[in-house]
Amino acid sequence: MKTNVAAWKKGIKTGIPIALGYFAVSFSFGILCKQAALNPFEAVLMSATNLTSAGQFAGLSMITAMATIIEIAIAQLIINSRYLLMSFSLSQKISADTPIYHRLLMSYGITDELFGVSIAQPGKLNPYFMYGVMTVAVPGWSLGTLFGVISGNIFPARITSALSIALYGMLLAVIIPPAKHHKIVAGVIVISMLLSSIFAMIPALQTISSAVKIILISVVVAGCAAFFFPIKEEEA
Amino acid sequence: MNQTVFYILIMAAVTYLIRVLPLTLVRKEIKNIYIRSFLYYVPYVTLAVMIFPGILDSTASPWSAFVGFVVAILSAYLGGNVITVALVTCVAVFVVELFL
Repeated sequence: MKTNVAAWKKGIKTGIPIALGYFAVSFSFGILCKQAALNPFEAVLMSATNLTSAGQFAGLSMITAMATIIEIAIAQLIINSRYLLMSFSLSQKISADTPIYHRLLMSYGITDELFGVSIAQPGKLNPYFMYGVMTVAVPGWSLGTLFGVISGNIFPARITSALSIALYGMLLAVIIPPAKHHKIVAGVIVISMLLSSIFAMIPALQTISSAVKIILISVVVAGCAAFFFPIKEEEA
Repeated sequence: MNQTVFYILIMAAVTYLIRVLPLTLVRKEIKNIYIRSFLYYVPYVTLAVMIFPGILDSTASPWSAFVGFVVAILSAYLGGNVITVALVTCVAVFVVELFL
């Protein structure tokens, strides 16, 4: 019980910069919602139930473009497919006897940033850590949308621009420290970034959606690394 | 229910299914060393691919973003926690953009 409260508090502390970053990003999403003629209720409903940046930006443009329901569902499936890998990874990060209700609740919070900080926790993951992060990150994401849709752009452009990089900074803070002590991980990170850049630069590859690109590179690079450099029991 | 709300709920349902299926279906600890290793490496690859080169488009200029990228790596390498790294990165971008 005590450890759960401690984990929850730690999660809140970790979640505050995530919440601020989310606020900045979802603020711009809210502005787009207003331009797309969504009312504040619809905009906040989308942020609170979807909790995903790329999926929502794509979904919004498809709603505006009057896409069919099947098209929207398939687009979400592809754009958010990386969560499948993250969820699979998390299934091994929590203890095997974690009850189903924890699994159902935690799943809602699987975003790039929440996954990043959760997987970076030492040892097994306590679900309450994730709940702590969600306690601040979900309101950050939803309120940012609300403010964006009702107020329009009130922040100076310089502030929005500086805040937009916060989420990337956090993700780097998650992957860099382990790379310091683990040469293979460092190599995996460099190769992944190189491949990602190649995909972004070569015209023939640019047509591939970023979701497909993420999955493709993840499976190939992690697969090769696992095959050539399997992790011994005590490291994993 | 209006059509927009219906679309939003379908999006939410699809996204939640993707998130919930592995976590609820994979209930056992996987023993196979290759699958374990694969899952160990996946976060690093996925996050690395998402960070770069996407980070370069996140701010008003790729140059300020690149400085932010380097500053983030350095401060993370020097032992900064998630909060510190995020803050230092934002400040770096803000300062660079004052000069651009």
